[in-house]
Amino acid sequence: MKKITNEKKRNLIQLAAAVLINGYAAGFRKGTIFTGKSKAVCVPVLNCYSCPGALGACPIGSLQSLLSGYHTRIPFYVLGTLMLFGVLLGRVVCGFLCPFGWIQDLLYKIPVKKGNVPKKADRYLRYLKYVVLFLLVILLPVVIRDEFGFGTTWFCKYVCPAGTLGAGLPLLAGNVGLRQSIGALFGWKLTVLIMIVILSVMIYRPFCKYLCPLGAFYSFFNKFSFYRLAVDKERCVDCKACERACKMGVEVTKEINSPECIRCGACMDACPKNCIHKERLSKGKKG
Amino acid sequence: MKQKNLWMIRGTVLIASAACIGYGLMREEHLEVLKKAVNICLQCIGIG
Repeated sequence: MKKITNEKKRNLIQLAAAVLINGYAAGFRKGTIFTGKSKAVCVPVLNCYSCPGALGACPIGSLQSLLSGYHTRIPFYVLGTLMLFGVLLGRVVCGFLCPFGWIQDLLYKIPVKKGNVPKKADRYLRYLKYVVLFLLVILLPVVIRDEFGFGTTWFCKYVCPAGTLGAGLPLLAGNVGLRQSIGALFGWKLTVLIMIVILSVMIYRPFCKYLCPLGAFYSFFNKFSFYRLAVDKERCVDCKACERACKMGVEVTKEINSPECIRCGACMDACPKNCIHKERLSKGKKG
Repeated sequence: MKQKNLWMIRGTVLIASAACIGYGLMREEHLEVLKKAVNICLQCIGIG
């Protein structure tokens, strides 16, 4: 019987996660959003709470919202939730659960000539997501205030393409009142989204690699999260098939639990000796 | 990373995250999240 690859399993999980996280179908029909109590719970992924189907809250939006309030308080609830997902899963969240990551995966499947970011530029651009996290998500919402003492959710307002795609477009399509309020800001956000969509067709997951603050946060946990991968060095023949298969540019044989690894499993599928595997929790060996 | 260190870090972060969630719930931060999430976020959709 033909073996089901990690890639196929992952695609099914991505689809299920996207549907589950955005399960309020009536919202799309009515041009409104879900207002149930489950929205007090943060989902682990970048999924705008103003998406008509969203059943939970976006952790990055919630983080900024609490930080930019009149009384800035350390948002323990959101940080704790993110740390919990981080230590349990690390960037498995990016590879398996994030709807915007999945959309980028699908866009990359479009058969056009693929581009390559020069290695040196790629290395520096990867740090950009940490700048986005510390500057737009944490620092500016706290520091810059309007005359009433409130801050702004800088990342949501000026960058987040998941918000424009998942919330902006469907809500504006179904809600005449909102459509009449469109201005320059929407034009800017739509431009950002279109640029990321075009880039995603040519480059694998450009938003995850260079801009996503949530991916940046989870990357701190990748080295010690409960879900880790391991290479059996004794069986590895150093053919580098894994590194050629890795679209995130991880040096698999050197640093398999790199902050950039989204645990997609492409290296496992590519290894001719089956020497890449999930770590078993008890001994840190094959699982 | 040694297995003992690995488990120590995991355990510490797990406890810290549970403590943060618990403390946040005590301060009713989840209600602030709910309040924000049940209203259409005009900034998120690019209106204002």
